[in-house]
Amino acid sequence: MAKTQTVSFQLNGKKVETAVEPRELLIHTLRERLLHTGPHIGCETSHCGACTVDVDGMSLKSCTVLSVQCEGADMLTVEGLEQGGVLHAIQQAFHEEHGLQCGFCTPGMMTRTYRLLKENPNPSEQDIRYGIAGNLCRCTGYQNIVKAVQSAAKKLAATATA
Amino acid sequence: MGNMSDLKEREDKLQGMGTSLLRKEDAKFIRGQGTYVDDIKLPGMLFGAIVRSPYAHARIKGIDKSKALACPGVVAVLTADDLKPVNLHWMPTIGGDVQAVLADKKVCFQMQEVAMVLATDRYAAADGADLVEVDYEELPAIVDPKKAMDKDAPIIREDIVDKKDLSHGPRTHPNHIFTWEAGDKAAADTAFKNAEIVVREEILNPRVHPCPLETCGCVASFNKATGYLTVYMTTQAPHLVRTVLAMLSGVAESKIRVVGGDIGGGFGNKVPIYPGYVVAIVASIVTGVPIKWIESRIDNISTTGFARDYHGVGELAADKNGRIKGLRFTALADHGAFNSHVSATKLPAGLFSICTGSYDIPNAYCRVDAVFTNKAPGGVAYRCSLRVTEAVYLIERMIDVLAQKLGIDKAEIRRRNFVKSEQFPYTTSLGWTLDSGAYHPALEKVLEAVDYKGLRAEQAKKRTDPNSPTLMGIGLATFTEIVGAGPTKVCDILGIGLFDSCEIRVHPTGGVIARLGTMTQGQGHATTYAQIIATELGLPASDIVVEEGDTDKSPYGAGTWGSRSTPVSGAATAQAARKIKDKAKKIAAHLLEVAEGDLEWEIDRFTVKGNPGQHKTMKEICLVSHTGNLPAGMEQGLNAVSYYDPPNLTYPFGTYLCVVDVDKYTGESKVRRFYALDDCGTRINPMIIEGQIHGGLTEAFAVAFGQQIPFDDNGNHLGNSLMDYFLPTAMETPHWETDHTVTPCPHHPIGAKGVAESPHVGGIPCFSNAVIDAFAHLGVTHMDMPHSAYRVWQQCNALGINKR
Repeated sequence: MAKTQTVSFQLNGKKVETAVEPRELLIHTLRERLLHTGPHIGCETSHCGACTVDVDGMSLKSCTVLSVQCEGADMLTVEGLEQGGVLHAIQQAFHEEHGLQCGFCTPGMMTRTYRLLKENPNPSEQDIRYGIAGNLCRCTGYQNIVKAVQSAAKKLAATATA
Repeated sequence: MGNMSDLKEREDKLQGMGTSLLRKEDAKFIRGQGTYVDDIKLPGMLFGAIVRSPYAHARIKGIDKSKALACPGVVAVLTADDLKPVNLHWMPTIGGDVQAVLADKKVCFQMQEVAMVLATDRYAAADGADLVEVDYEELPAIVDPKKAMDKDAPIIREDIVDKKDLSHGPRTHPNHIFTWEAGDKAAADTAFKNAEIVVREEILNPRVHPCPLETCGCVASFNKATGYLTVYMTTQAPHLVRTVLAMLSGVAESKIRVVGGDIGGGFGNKVPIYPGYVVAIVASIVTGVPIKWIESRIDNISTTGFARDYHGVGELAADKNGRIKGLRFTALADHGAFNSHVSATKLPAGLFSICTGSYDIPNAYCRVDAVFTNKAPGGVAYRCSLRVTEAVYLIERMIDVLAQKLGIDKAEIRRRNFVKSEQFPYTTSLGWTLDSGAYHPALEKVLEAVDYKGLRAEQAKKRTDPNSPTLMGIGLATFTEIVGAGPTKVCDILGIGLFDSCEIRVHPTGGVIARLGTMTQGQGHATTYAQIIATELGLPASDIVVEEGDTDKSPYGAGTWGSRSTPVSGAATAQAARKIKDKAKKIAAHLLEVAEGDLEWEIDRFTVKGNPGQHKTMKEICLVSHTGNLPAGMEQGLNAVSYYDPPNLTYPFGTYLCVVDVDKYTGESKVRRFYALDDCGTRINPMIIEGQIHGGLTEAFAVAFGQQIPFDDNGNHLGNSLMDYFLPTAMETPHWETDHTVTPCPHHPIGAKGVAESPHVGGIPCFSNAVIDAFAHLGVTHMDMPHSAYRVWQQCNALGINKR
């Protein structure tokens, strides 16, 4: 085993500090050391997006970044979507529109949606399909995911104007 | 009787069958709180990494573990020699063969399991696996199944070279596994001899992989003190797995607990028992510490759970009006290096003999020859019952071929051959009794919905326009599925009948827990089963908890595959609920001081006939059943268990229609429209049904347009990561339109037939039929899948229509 070094970053609003191997991938640090098992491993080749997390205002596939690269980063995972016991509009919308089945892609898909709707609060269906194309789902055929993203956009817009 | 609004309010409160109740299982998944196998971390757990063969066929001359063992973090390296003392270097397969758990003296496919390195974490395990040195002597490989039984073909399985049969009849060549047939060959041959028209086509169902987003894996934990083995694993059939593990390991079945947990999709991939599981279990038994083994994606596509690889030949005999008189279908099945093909014992080619489809075909014969090749072993059913996609693909393609030959419209030829509604139950010439169906109305409903005549007119016009950049194709599939395995008289695995089960316990305040032998992988069982119970017992679905997948908790069942959950366990659920309701009725009669015959059921209560003010609600009865105020001699409690052995399989059906526009210059096919009408009998949760159909159609789209596991002539994989293996993104996936008819299953307690596989089984031929229909006027009768742009472009190029 290689030597470890310390890395620290903001994870869902809390500062964390942990020892990692220099070669360690962020997804493994999150899951094995920080016990955030929401992000999943589906391919380890950055195709499936099950490991998607939000880092410094970007969607990021955590199987393709070294943990040591995340020093000082501001990170959001699925575990950080719910605030004060209230589900995020995206979580609510995925439930209401049947936007998930086995649930394995869901954390990555919702985390990607979080960033997509920040970048484009009023996306068309094409925008959504393009915007989530880095996240694979084997169960839903995406149709209800698209509906969920549309519904979440509406909910967020309603909250913003309220 | 209560007034109408009161009745409706009470009914709505139950959220029972027929309502689109939002899923109970979502709450944990949307919070990232699912418990998938790789989320499990036990104290002292070691991680196993498998050393795999770089060759498709080679002798192992030596294995040197020393460098691996010197690697920091590595605890042990296991090879076949280490498993020999416990006699687990080989394991029996459910196909009647044996499979190497770790390669014993030779490897028979690329990526075969050779050793497992155990280390303190996954990085150290991977380091160790890299350092295991294996000395190989390469042998010639067989990749093409058509060459497997050549006279001079290399012998793949020297270990069984003397075995005259592998549980399915005589073998005629060392690389021959079995030959299976069904139907009356002489009658079929006569029909062909006397036919006015005969068509024949070679049709491939290529080797594909179900590729669920979560790969396979397990955490095996053996407690040396208690002798108790717990295995958390990705399995669609936890009870069958426990039985097999007991047979393999010698640990008493009562001391083995298999836990399915949350499963990140299965689609058939998670039915078999793979070497990785077995090595992890043995390692835990030997070391006494928990062992985790998780596949990489490349391991997954390369080694566990391929599907299809059926090289078919279809022949139909008909009269000039297109009435089919005879059918002969054969297939050469590539089972890879070991026959670990998933099938019921008596059905080595699965349910392939459903290949007469939705049609009234008087004479039929089918045969499957299975052979060994130097490829990954097995053969699972990818979102279908065993070998049903292969069968339905053949018949739905062949009926199009026949229509083209005769110049008959592809909808019309189906009308002329359908089993008519009044013919049900209808026994096919290959022996299946189709339970119920209404094929003509389903077809007509779809044709009207899409304006079929208008589409054909548009297509005809386009065909006369030489400047059209696209070819327009219209595909139809009018399929019949066979699901819900199955009657124990026909279906068993290792002697265990494929019944299933449900146990229901009703608590004093009306809360219910139900436990079943099935295993959800995203199908929404916790919601669907609760809705069945809600309607049957008049207790709200919100208070009904469903548990599956933990063999210590749930009654025995064969698991979830082959769309069997609703047809089999759904029936067990209704039956267990009815036992409870019968007892509740006795209690109600006792409390109301009337005879049972004086009571009638009304949504959530028993009322006295003619005096609706006198009633006892189920909720009241739940409490009373836990008191002493019961009819004489009755025991307390309101529990029941039911084991359901279905009298027949179920036969969902549907009509799908697809419109594609094929770019003549690039070969790219664009799905303009896909209309799917499904009839799965009684519909329990329409929202979940639609979700299953969307998903199944998308997996069909994947198979039809891009999925294939290719090999070179030496048996090297040419595409086993998600870089090469096609999983559609939201961009490629078409929009799905859904519709339904309802033809209940006559033998199922609530009339349900199962649905999740229909869209895959019916979708694939529908896409192929659409693409090929685009070329029909140019004399093209068949093109093999996948219809990737390059392959379709090759067709355009061959026809010379790609020149501007």
